[in-house]
Amino acid sequence: MKEILVLVFAAASLTDALKEIAVSWKIAGGERIAFNFASSSTLALQIREGAPADLFLSADEAQMDVLEKAGLVAPGTRRSVLSNTLVVVVPHDNSLEIASPKDLAGKGVARLALAEPTSVPAGVYSKKFFERVGIWDALAPKVVPTENVRATLAAVESGNVDAGIVYRTDAAISKRVRIAFEIPAAQGPAISYPFALVKGAPREKEARAFLAYLGSPAARVVFVRYGFLVKD
Amino acid sequence: MSELAVDLPVVWFTLRVAALAVLLLAPIGLALALLLARRRFPGKALLETLVSLPLVLPPVATGLLLLKFLGRRGPGGRAARALFGMDLAFTWKAVVVAMMVMSLPLLVRTARVAFEEVNPRLEAVARTLGASEARVLSTVTLPLASRGIAAGLLLAFARALGEFGATILVAGNIPGRTTTIATAIYNDVQTGADGRAYGLLAVSAVLAFGAIFLSEVWLKRRTNA
Repeated sequence: MKEILVLVFAAASLTDALKEIAVSWKIAGGERIAFNFASSSTLALQIREGAPADLFLSADEAQMDVLEKAGLVAPGTRRSVLSNTLVVVVPHDNSLEIASPKDLAGKGVARLALAEPTSVPAGVYSKKFFERVGIWDALAPKVVPTENVRATLAAVESGNVDAGIVYRTDAAISKRVRIAFEIPAAQGPAISYPFALVKGAPREKEARAFLAYLGSPAARVVFVRYGFLVKD
Repeated sequence: MSELAVDLPVVWFTLRVAALAVLLLAPIGLALALLLARRRFPGKALLETLVSLPLVLPPVATGLLLLKFLGRRGPGGRAARALFGMDLAFTWKAVVVAMMVMSLPLLVRTARVAFEEVNPRLEAVARTLGASEARVLSTVTLPLASRGIAAGLLLAFARALGEFGATILVAGNIPGRTTTIATAIYNDVQTGADGRAYGLLAVSAVLAFGAIFLSEVWLKRRTNA
């Protein structure tokens, strides 16, 4: 197999922004980056079992905590700079009027896609929000759990579900979904993306350089353009 | 809708790991087949059952067993780290192991029938003429069973190409590392890249058709001979 230099395990929601950043990184003289995009919980499991990851870019703190407890985070490298918000999306050709969480509990929505709500960050965040507004019990029977947030997006795009919960950054890249309503950051759960170097990373030096680049102004501009909230 | 595309690196990777899996599996599988075809021993029924288990056990259950065995905290994973300083789970090596385990029953069952169809008297004649057991095996048993063995190897290869359930658990779906045709199709559908999924679907259909067709031809020729 061709040797890939830096292997980055990243949350599915980061897919498009990271691909673009990797291109500009390479143009700036950086090494070739390869990605493994999946749900953060899947990635954390893979790293725990010895997958050869250099960087872990998680969509929630819980999954990074899991790795840190297992002694797999290189000390002093963990940093959280990105945030996001949740949106409810419907297929673009669907005229369903959904304006509030309560509408999701109504008859118009028979099936609601969201990431697996016990471990996958987007699902965990969604469940936390719906529990807070008191409608989770009404929604739970309708939930179609997906492997990661991009699978939720694809399920809504295909029209096989009536609505889905994704990050606003996911909704922004699709022409085939329409945002029904956004869950304002103030009302929603605190969404945070921690990044860290994996302890024992096979390509540590190059990985550290790319991790630093992810916090650079050039990378921040890309994250912001895709709709991420960047903390100072 | 994404455009129709064939993910050639994934196809190439899958063909190579499946070929390696069958290559490594061949001596083990053929020895087991010969043992089951020719010998009686205590616990034979148990061994037969164990060999066939991956055929009926849910593939993800097999995958879970493999993950617990090959993972960092499992005996296989620990041994590999201690002896060679390498990890097995979520690497291409785990793909090979998953393919081997899942293909084992097909190879053993097909080759066993082939060995059983070799007339034991021909082997006995060779022995009376002074041939050693190794010579009997290489000049009588294996050549007479060769078509059945070839068909078994081909079926095992075809099974390995399509392996999904065990692979996804023990090797994951890491692009450029462990993604095979089957896991790539799954991933493409999950992310809405239908065009890429259709491309790989077409490739799998052609490969599976070719493998089954050839194995049928070989098996028929043997019974007609």
